[in-house]
Amino acid sequence: MTEITEIPSPFCGIGSDDLSIQVDGVQLKVTANGCAVNTPAFEQAVTDTQPSIAGQPASLAEAVAKAAQILRDTQQPVIGGCATDVNGMRALLAVADKTGAVVDNINFNVARRNLLALQDSGWMNTTLAELKNRCDVLLIVGTDLEAFAPRFFERYLWNPESMHLADTNNRQIIYLGKAPSANASTSPVGKKADVITCADADLPEVTAVLSALLRGKTLQATSVAGIEISALQTIVDQLKAAKYGVILWGAGALGFEQAELTVQSLCSIVKDINLQGTRCSGFPLGGKEGDQTANQVCGWTTGYPARVNFARGYPEYDPYLYDTQTMLNNGEADALVWVNAFNANALPPASDLPTIVIGRSGMSFAKQPDVFIPVGTPGIDHAGHAYRLDNVVAIRLKKLRDAGLPSTAEVLTAIEQAL
Amino acid sequence: MLTKLTGGRVYDPASGIDGQIQDIYVQDGKIIDAPTDGRPVDQEYDLRGKVVMSGAIDMHTHIGGGKGNIARTLLPEDHRLDPVHRTQITRSGNGHAMPSTFVAGYRYAEMGYTACFEPAVLPINARQAHMEMGDTPIVDKGGYVMLGSDDFLLRMMTANKDQKAINDYVAWTLNASKGIGIKVVNAGGINAFKFNQRKLDLDEKNSHYDVTPRQILQTLATAVKELGVTHPLHVHGCNLGVPGNLETTLNTIQGIDGLPMHLTHIQFHSYGTEGDFKFSSGAAQIAEAINKNSNITADVGQILFGQTVTASGDNMRQHANHRFASPNKWVCMDIECDAGCGVVPFKYKDQNFVNALQWAIGLEIFLLVEDPWRIFLTTDHPNGAPFTSYPHLIRLLMDKSFRNDMLATIHPEAQKMSTLASIDREYTLNEIAIMTRAGAARIIGLKDRGALSAGNYADITVYTENPDRQAMFSKPDYVFKDGTLVVKDGEVVKVTWGTTHIVKPDYDISIEKDLKAYFDRYLTMKLGNFKISDDEISEDGRGSLTVHPLGGTVA
Repeated sequence: MTEITEIPSPFCGIGSDDLSIQVDGVQLKVTANGCAVNTPAFEQAVTDTQPSIAGQPASLAEAVAKAAQILRDTQQPVIGGCATDVNGMRALLAVADKTGAVVDNINFNVARRNLLALQDSGWMNTTLAELKNRCDVLLIVGTDLEAFAPRFFERYLWNPESMHLADTNNRQIIYLGKAPSANASTSPVGKKADVITCADADLPEVTAVLSALLRGKTLQATSVAGIEISALQTIVDQLKAAKYGVILWGAGALGFEQAELTVQSLCSIVKDINLQGTRCSGFPLGGKEGDQTANQVCGWTTGYPARVNFARGYPEYDPYLYDTQTMLNNGEADALVWVNAFNANALPPASDLPTIVIGRSGMSFAKQPDVFIPVGTPGIDHAGHAYRLDNVVAIRLKKLRDAGLPSTAEVLTAIEQAL
Repeated sequence: MLTKLTGGRVYDPASGIDGQIQDIYVQDGKIIDAPTDGRPVDQEYDLRGKVVMSGAIDMHTHIGGGKGNIARTLLPEDHRLDPVHRTQITRSGNGHAMPSTFVAGYRYAEMGYTACFEPAVLPINARQAHMEMGDTPIVDKGGYVMLGSDDFLLRMMTANKDQKAINDYVAWTLNASKGIGIKVVNAGGINAFKFNQRKLDLDEKNSHYDVTPRQILQTLATAVKELGVTHPLHVHGCNLGVPGNLETTLNTIQGIDGLPMHLTHIQFHSYGTEGDFKFSSGAAQIAEAINKNSNITADVGQILFGQTVTASGDNMRQHANHRFASPNKWVCMDIECDAGCGVVPFKYKDQNFVNALQWAIGLEIFLLVEDPWRIFLTTDHPNGAPFTSYPHLIRLLMDKSFRNDMLATIHPEAQKMSTLASIDREYTLNEIAIMTRAGAARIIGLKDRGALSAGNYADITVYTENPDRQAMFSKPDYVFKDGTLVVKDGEVVKVTWGTTHIVKPDYDISIEKDLKAYFDRYLTMKLGNFKISDDEISEDGRGSLTVHPLGGTVA
């Protein structure tokens, strides 16, 4: 039995890299700095290690050969999930290029809310270390931050020391929209967050008012979505008085139509504050199950984020047309490859198409796929790289054990070579 | 395998060869002396009537790193205009302003380039830079690591730590980030922007740290020199793009007290305030200062007309310039108490007075700097123009009548404000070879590259002599990378993978004590997880590291 320390996690998105884990054969136990997201993700037991073809055990070579055979006969395969590390995505994109496949990340419909805003007007954002050392006013919009990342406050806001704040306890935390589910946002000395709630669906209107107030527009209404205009004016005043304000949102929580417009509205509020002479930055959440990794690697390989189609022999990007589920629904695909090395519960969508699953050990299927190849998890079974939510930092994942599982990259490269 | 390149006209300034007819022999990836043992040549290329140079080296091109990927993501409409099909041997992708990594590697090789250096590797983003460069085929690569706005350095300087301690930190960072040089971008300015300073002059203090840009430049230039890093401190100056920044640049040159310093994309830092539009060329004064100060080198950062995207670490200046964004979308980021970035799409127009004069200023600088060993051909890709415009730029430098024809088409007021028409100089092939090969290898500190004498790696480009220099430099007949034929008739025929060039200066390991405490208290990563290991470069089976010696000399 050994204990490994300073372990980075690809699961929480916030780049926690201080975990200690006891390794006993292939069993892992988080002994320090675990959380409700990371601990179960690391401790999940290895079950199946053998590939299968239509539910029957097969060797890795047989499963790879079968997968290649399926893909050779296709016109428009779809590679969904795309939840893996950098090398896994590199190999995945090589397969897609060769087979003319669609590449579609599992979280793209959420990430799209940010990407559409980015591609239409851009943004001014910041990263975790700036937040940790500078942020004196944090506005959290529509998101239960501690449910997203249980250690966010501990690691990045209630740090005992910061370079540019006299006392991190004095940070102002403001929730707008969703209320927090627990008390992580209460500072160690007991200072509570301001919480101004409204329904998610009212956030477009509320952010529009915030934007209007910032630009000095006169409003006739005295309240919006049950919030007094004066309360929103207070937020504006706080942001304008801040040394380094941050507006944080989680696109995943903005579950209403055209949420990208709300993201865009938040981004333009940030820009306006900067134009009015105060520093302020945006901070979008994300980074779970390889979504930033998929977008980054697809970005430098194709020029586009991770929803592209190689059918014409070159990558084409469309944030709507190449949705895996849409393509399945419309009968536009003729094979499904599902890649998820992080989450055994993230199963492929129901489909009658020939299906190849390259997934974390422990997946259990209602209907056995044509090929299932269990793979190791990046950061547990093999080394690798994963991007944090702030998109700048790629963390170096460690190998913790040897369960005899191949990496996503090894499997996909073998398939590519067998094509 | 013994390869013979027969009868080409060779331009190899590193060996003093200026257009002589020579045979070149290649074996095991390197150039060798003519064999005397009579063994047979396995393959011979008849290069009679051809021009032979070593592979070109782009010493400043943004090919890897987070801001480039933001630029790609920001502009899907730009990629759609330039799709690149896969072939039997090459991967698909997209091109134009900020091409995908595979396409960048192919296109560089297809222009005869065999090495590219990313000039703005943020230490915290170095993994990404190396991963992107790791997916850039054929060419060698390397990076200059950015310091100067990182809180750790500014804290050290404010605390009056001695130069030795700073040298240790600089050397540690170079090792941890796997770079070959040190870059400063708007010294201290990126940091000052986080404190809401919107401009920072050379002698203006950071509002929090008791430090000026001049002090940062002196400190880092001293560190680079004392560590023996061959590439001089690579400086993106203060006040980029500001009319009148000519004075800042001259002051920067004087203020470095004779230490080696490379001023990058100097075109953007050579502006006066004369004339009706309060914007004028400072090229003559800048060129004079370079001519007089042998410690100074520069690359131009030429602009060329058309759509591009600017991607810079200088978020202070990029934020100030966002109102020129075309299309109107832009990104600024503050990054990890380390640096920042700003991405602003630009469309340079020949009928816009400022853009037209920028174009002329860049060319004036090229033509007025006398020593081709100290000036380098860049567009600061993609900031002034995409690197694919280099053959056009070479023609502008080599062909006066073509240049004057182009000059006659730009904004008339800009023509009046430029001395370009009166400059007769035309670059020679030998000078082009210096600027893009021998000089670049020397200034970066590349051992055994950029030359065609025995012992050098066989990175060789062969062109057909053509008075239309744009056509000539667009489409080499052959490109050899480490002795392998990778391009024939301007198209990739074999995909290889280049090495990553680095330096490894020594440092006192005790610096890690301070750094560990700093990382644990303030940063978001453990020190051990920050350092890039060798296997991160090589574990994909394609990448490799080449360590270059210290203590080289600058031209």
